[in-house]
Amino acid sequence: MASKKQAPFDAVAVLNEIESKFEVVQVLDLEGNVINDQYMPDLTDEQLVELMERMVWTRVLDQRSISLNRQGRLGFYAPTAGQEASQLASQYALEKADWILPGYRDVPQLIWHGLPLTKAFLWSRGHFAGSQFPEGMNALAPQIIIGAQYVQTAGVALGLKKKGLQNVAITYTGDGGSSQGDFYEGINFAAAFKAPAIFVIQNNNYAISTPREKQTAAKTLAQKAVAAGIPGTVVDGMDALAVYFVTKQARERAIAGDGPSLIETMTYRYGPHTMAGDDPTRYRTSDEDSEWVKKDPLVRFRKFLENKGLWTEEKENEVMERAKEEIKTALKEADATPKQTVSQLAEIMYSGEMPANLKEQYEIYKEKESK
Amino acid sequence: MAQMTMIQAITNALQTELKNDENVLVFGEDVGVNGGVFRATEGLQKEFGEDRVFDTPLAESGIGGLAIGLSLTGFRPVMEIQFFGFVFEVFDSIAAQLARQNFRSGGTKPAPVVIRSPFGGGVHTPELHADNLEGLMAQTPGIKVVIPSNPYDAKGLLISAIRDDNPVVYLEHMKLYRSFRAEVPEEEYTVEIGKAAVVQEGTDLSIITYGAMVQESVKAAEELAKDGHSVEVIDLRTVQPLDIETIIASVEKTGRVVVVQEAQKQAGVGANVVSEISERAVLSLEAPIARVYAADTAYPFTQAENVWLPNKDGIVEAAKRTLEF
Repeated sequence: MASKKQAPFDAVAVLNEIESKFEVVQVLDLEGNVINDQYMPDLTDEQLVELMERMVWTRVLDQRSISLNRQGRLGFYAPTAGQEASQLASQYALEKADWILPGYRDVPQLIWHGLPLTKAFLWSRGHFAGSQFPEGMNALAPQIIIGAQYVQTAGVALGLKKKGLQNVAITYTGDGGSSQGDFYEGINFAAAFKAPAIFVIQNNNYAISTPREKQTAAKTLAQKAVAAGIPGTVVDGMDALAVYFVTKQARERAIAGDGPSLIETMTYRYGPHTMAGDDPTRYRTSDEDSEWVKKDPLVRFRKFLENKGLWTEEKENEVMERAKEEIKTALKEADATPKQTVSQLAEIMYSGEMPANLKEQYEIYKEKESK
Repeated sequence: MAQMTMIQAITNALQTELKNDENVLVFGEDVGVNGGVFRATEGLQKEFGEDRVFDTPLAESGIGGLAIGLSLTGFRPVMEIQFFGFVFEVFDSIAAQLARQNFRSGGTKPAPVVIRSPFGGGVHTPELHADNLEGLMAQTPGIKVVIPSNPYDAKGLLISAIRDDNPVVYLEHMKLYRSFRAEVPEEEYTVEIGKAAVVQEGTDLSIITYGAMVQESVKAAEELAKDGHSVEVIDLRTVQPLDIETIIASVEKTGRVVVVQEAQKQAGVGANVVSEISERAVLSLEAPIARVYAADTAYPFTQAENVWLPNKDGIVEAAKRTLEF
């Protein structure tokens, strides 16, 4: 019997078409020129300068944190240099009462959202006082379980919606984190509840030593938004203005009741994954590093501001000096923080009365500690 | 007073708290218009609206995350996991996140969340529906684990759980849902978490148990009474934290103990009970502590439940061994 020739359904064409839609949003070129004026955010000169100051300050913080970690004066530290635009320009698009659910690399966003530097250092060292955030600061301590912050963000955003607040919840993960189940469940829940959430993937190309290509065959990470039925945007994560623009837009969508967005920032970390022995020379070439150094978010934004007459070397030095002084003061305060006791850990375990088992142990430790 | 099954008492408790506190939210898979796969949330969405009682996508981890986020914004979530065998999907949210929420925020962010979930054998459920996994939860600092055995306790304990500012895992034994009715007050009342109940007093032997094994233990005690043995039956009601005071008082009185659980020997909380007694009342013991439990296999294929699940006969046998030691 002659078989009828069947026309194949061209699923590959569908995929190619979808993937081709995710273009990179960019405002500045490498020389600091505005190349996409339609995405130029509405920021005053003062705001532009403030954003640059934060980026410079945070670069100094990263340099100092690495060296303090090497001296044993800080504990866990995940370097941030290279990600200033991605981290700080997205945070800059938030309001004070918005919620931040950071990953472990996202300490800078917390600092600019109101976390005293001393507490950030205490968190790095492993002291509970580092996680006692100031009253009214809507954020969680950095999340160590990759993906957990995503499902929790769906819940915070739904809570904000139920309370009728004009606020959003923003969360961050890395490229590797987009492979987690909680990543998908988080964006899908927020989508199903039309909750005001902003999900950011900071794609710095590597999850420790595993390159982004080994996480997924998807051409972009932003297209994963399609699975949740929400908008996804790829943005140049080394371009502060572009990051600010897309985050602000996602925030406006969210508070208008139109639901969550997924943003992929194309970025890079110049340092190792963490200071706990990771050696990037094992998996990254110096050629690759220098390619990304050309895209340094500070260099590009500095050129933009200099072109506008808003930035000088003197100004930059002033910010750097200020950062160093503030870091010194914060370290002193961290050093002066009393050591933790087991009875204190028992006190923060439960809200309200301690269960009988812990109460009994509390008394034992209290007795020991009084000697 | 009304005659209620345990499931009606649970619904009644949820209704009471939804009425009492506008921050109470009830959500999970099919808990809304459907009223839950066991009708535990029957009528609640109709009474309180979709904003208070709602369905979620089918993803336990997401449900856990939702509860965490809602608790951070001032709500008191009562989330449901359809069957506790599915807890593994949401283990991080419960054991690594909710349990530590207050701790990891240095005491600034309480987690007033209740995780309701059915479990327990004897009703021929398919795989991973009936498993007794309370031991996993009981090992997690930050979590309280409550297992009611009757309608009265079910209501009072659930109201307490919802009002607790800490995460409470509230496990509902499926076989007990509709197996009997009991008097339950219509008005609100609480049963304190962490307090056991002396179900019946006795002087010769203490049976310490929880969940569906309470009934089996009472039946065993009745049989033992025929031979003139006076047996005290203690229903733990909360398996974490344990009510040490009630346990030890009973052991000091009787000097003989049988600890009974439906879970496998290597699971459950029985070993913890034995250990506490050994630490605190070994000099009162007239005989080694006996244990009744299921075999250390995976939860059985449906048709093997009757030979696998611990029951009255096994309890009587262990009790006799202890009494005659």
